[in-house]
Amino acid sequence: MLDIRNKLLAILFSSPEPVELAQLQTVFPQFDGQQLESEIDSLAEEFKHWQQALEIRRIAGGFRLSTLPEHHETIRLFLKTKPSSKLSLAALETLAVIAYKQPITLPEVSEIRGVKGSSTIRTLLEKKLVETRGRKKTVGRPMQYGTTREFLVHFGLNDLSELPTLKEFEQILQDGGETAESPTEPQP
Amino acid sequence: MSEELGAIVQSESEERSLKIRLEVYEGPLDLLLHLIRTQEIDIHDIPIAQITDQYLRYLAFMKDLSISLAGEWLAMAATLILIKSKMLLPPDPQEEGPEEGPEDPRSELVEQLLEYEKFKSAAQMLFERETVELSVWPRGADEFGEDETEVVDAGVFDLVQAFHKIVERFKDRVVIELEHEPVTLEDKLRELRGLLALKGELMFSSFLEGRLSRFHVVLTFFALLEMVRMREVRLLQQRLYEDIRIVAC
Repeated sequence: MLDIRNKLLAILFSSPEPVELAQLQTVFPQFDGQQLESEIDSLAEEFKHWQQALEIRRIAGGFRLSTLPEHHETIRLFLKTKPSSKLSLAALETLAVIAYKQPITLPEVSEIRGVKGSSTIRTLLEKKLVETRGRKKTVGRPMQYGTTREFLVHFGLNDLSELPTLKEFEQILQDGGETAESPTEPQP
Repeated sequence: MSEELGAIVQSESEERSLKIRLEVYEGPLDLLLHLIRTQEIDIHDIPIAQITDQYLRYLAFMKDLSISLAGEWLAMAATLILIKSKMLLPPDPQEEGPEEGPEDPRSELVEQLLEYEKFKSAAQMLFERETVELSVWPRGADEFGEDETEVVDAGVFDLVQAFHKIVERFKDRVVIELEHEPVTLEDKLRELRGLLALKGELMFSSFLEGRLSRFHVVLTFFALLEMVRMREVRLLQQRLYEDIRIVAC
């Protein structure tokens, strides 16, 4: 079993993209999917024990080897890069609505956000975080949108079910409120 | 809401002599939630007069800064004022159902705010996840420098987008070629007079046929108007849009 584990790790190391189970099955036809999955899980577990530099995670339905977040400063020093630009708040809000309500049309997104924003969707389409999902069968046949595999990768998700539910947000808001909010007035 | 998420407008002055910090709200709902939550107001019992007043003061403040706000900001102001006035009025006795009491004019807005607040929290969650993910390097990721050139899977949207950009780039270079038309109004008048003398009567449609350019058609029309003015011809039309008959006077 150690042999297959080493081979799996070698494959994970070789791939910059999350490796899917189906891909591994073509390399190891003698194992079934479940066996391979549990081997990778054990490998990920082992990994945690003998070093704190890398980790194996399930991302977008695949397995991916990556550095641990705590090393980001060291790596940035080495690569001489600045933190990449993050998405704007408007983009994040739009994404959140699309992620939870997909497939959804732009007017429906605007309705929830209370803001008309068609430029945000363009940015999200360009970044491939959302994609079109056909037209809604209502008046005007508006285009519908949904999140992509790139969305899962960008936010480190294995699948959409990993997102907390809207009910959970409701609960958190009811319980705690926004205590962290600074008590500043919006205008002087 | 975290400090980073509260969008902050900061002027990027080289000398760092001028720094403007300004809370920017994502929209009217965002501002209303901020007003309600920071003042620890019960969202189910919003003091609408107070909130409307604060909301309008924010709009006035933005106007003073010559920051133009989108239409939805004014629409919300109108909604708030409408709710406020409804709260002042006694309930319409005719609208009142037999069993249920009159609906609180604020309820629709409250629901909208609560719904929006959930997605605001979800956006915050995405922001935090993104921050973590940007601190992680997968094996072989092409993150050396901010080199944006990369090979990507291109779909129809990308092709259209690319095409659009190319068209945009060439937009300014479009050269309009103006052909020099060697014909003048005088020439046209002479030609028409000749034809009329020959045939006595002409149909305007006959000028539209054949290889005459738009310029020629327009010029012919001008020439005819000129001839009417000079009382050389009469133009007759039986009905609107019908052919025009040109008769010599």
